[in-house]
Amino acid sequence: MSAAVAAEPRERTAARLLAPDPSPLPRRSRRELLAEIEASGLTGRGGAAFPTARKLATVARAHRPVVVVNGVEGEPASWKDKVLLAQNPHLVVDGAVVAARVVGAHEVTFAVGRGNRSVRTHLERALAERSDGVEVHLETVPDRFVAGEESALLNFLNGGPAKPTLEKPYERGVLVQNVETLASVGLVARHGAAWFRQRGTADEPGTVLVTVLGAVRTPGVAEVELGTTFREVLQRFGGLTAFPHALLVGGYFGTWVRAHDVLDLPLTNVALRPLGARLGARTIAVLPLDACGVAESARVLRYLANESAGQCGPCVFGIPAMADAFERLDVDRLRRLAPLVAERGACAHPTGATRFAASAAGVFADEIERHRAGGCSGAAHPPMLPLGASRDWR
Amino acid sequence: MKIRVNPILCDGYGQCAELLPEAVRLDEWGYPLLPAEPLPRTLEPSARRAVAMCPRLALSLEEKRR
Repeated sequence: MSAAVAAEPRERTAARLLAPDPSPLPRRSRRELLAEIEASGLTGRGGAAFPTARKLATVARAHRPVVVVNGVEGEPASWKDKVLLAQNPHLVVDGAVVAARVVGAHEVTFAVGRGNRSVRTHLERALAERSDGVEVHLETVPDRFVAGEESALLNFLNGGPAKPTLEKPYERGVLVQNVETLASVGLVARHGAAWFRQRGTADEPGTVLVTVLGAVRTPGVAEVELGTTFREVLQRFGGLTAFPHALLVGGYFGTWVRAHDVLDLPLTNVALRPLGARLGARTIAVLPLDACGVAESARVLRYLANESAGQCGPCVFGIPAMADAFERLDVDRLRRLAPLVAERGACAHPTGATRFAASAAGVFADEIERHRAGGCSGAAHPPMLPLGASRDWR
Repeated sequence: MKIRVNPILCDGYGQCAELLPEAVRLDEWGYPLLPAEPLPRTLEPSARRAVAMCPRLALSLEEKRR
């Protein structure tokens, strides 16, 4: 019977975002393009999942709108934007040009992280090959965790440090859009909303890029359909290399979940909601049973504390206090700190760190007990989750 | 009306908690914890005073929109 199954032409994995397409963009009116993007149901792929058409429509009402292409990806455990920019930069530029047309912008600024030279080279080469009739700039941004937050990015591009502000750029005529979102805009402009909706689910349509690391055979980036089960997603990365204990879903602002609570769920926000998790920018880290979730989480929490922009008291003092409590295995203190830290900063940093810490304390409760008794399940396992190293804000 | 704080401006002077103790608590680092609910009318005069006296001008009042 397996032959019959294999013969089914499902083509679930055909590349779209990562497949270069040299055909020219069809010329369509602003109104048509916006209607098509709206009908596609596309949402922001940078993590917030905000409806793209609504953001475009808001910026289109501004006096002199500009477009900022956000390829900063300051999260050390996410590589999907870098891979997209290196592998298929023209599709990102297509999307940026379409977005500029829709909002009526004549100026597009591409922003990428400073650390990865090859990403910049690929993008520069692609830009040099085009003439889209828009003014194009390319800026490199410090590789800090919060530098890609849209108000932080705008602050940096305006000559300040890459630190968040209380501004909402889209209310000020600045469209800051993630590179993968724009690549999807490019696909919708080329193939239409109905085509886009052939993949994914009715409520969460399309394909997305995921970064998978940890206990899989070939960690990296792949394009998958929304609604694919987590188990199938991990198969795309060569499958598991060890018995899985927990998955970190959504990167360092994300949530630890027990592997067997999530492996058979579809990759959608609606499926994750009962677990208190969200896809975010779709980083999935697979923690094997022989690694230590407490040690991994303590390292990340300390890193997040050091990545505070140093502006808001509850973040400056609160995340280090959470990291201290976590290192001391003081779960009660961690629980008491949560409402003093979450939702109390200018950006989502303290909220994200609180979510991460709370989920770690929950999922690794047994391992915390083991540590209290002087043990550790992963003493022999090297650290799995990568941390950033940049110290620059400008 | 609601009282709000700009967390970037706030440096934790704590004046607001002295001028509006009915509504403002300070966390363990001295930063204000503000009620999510609208303030009752009786607290509005002291809330306005707290906003005006904040050394960092970090507080604001949000009038109820209809």
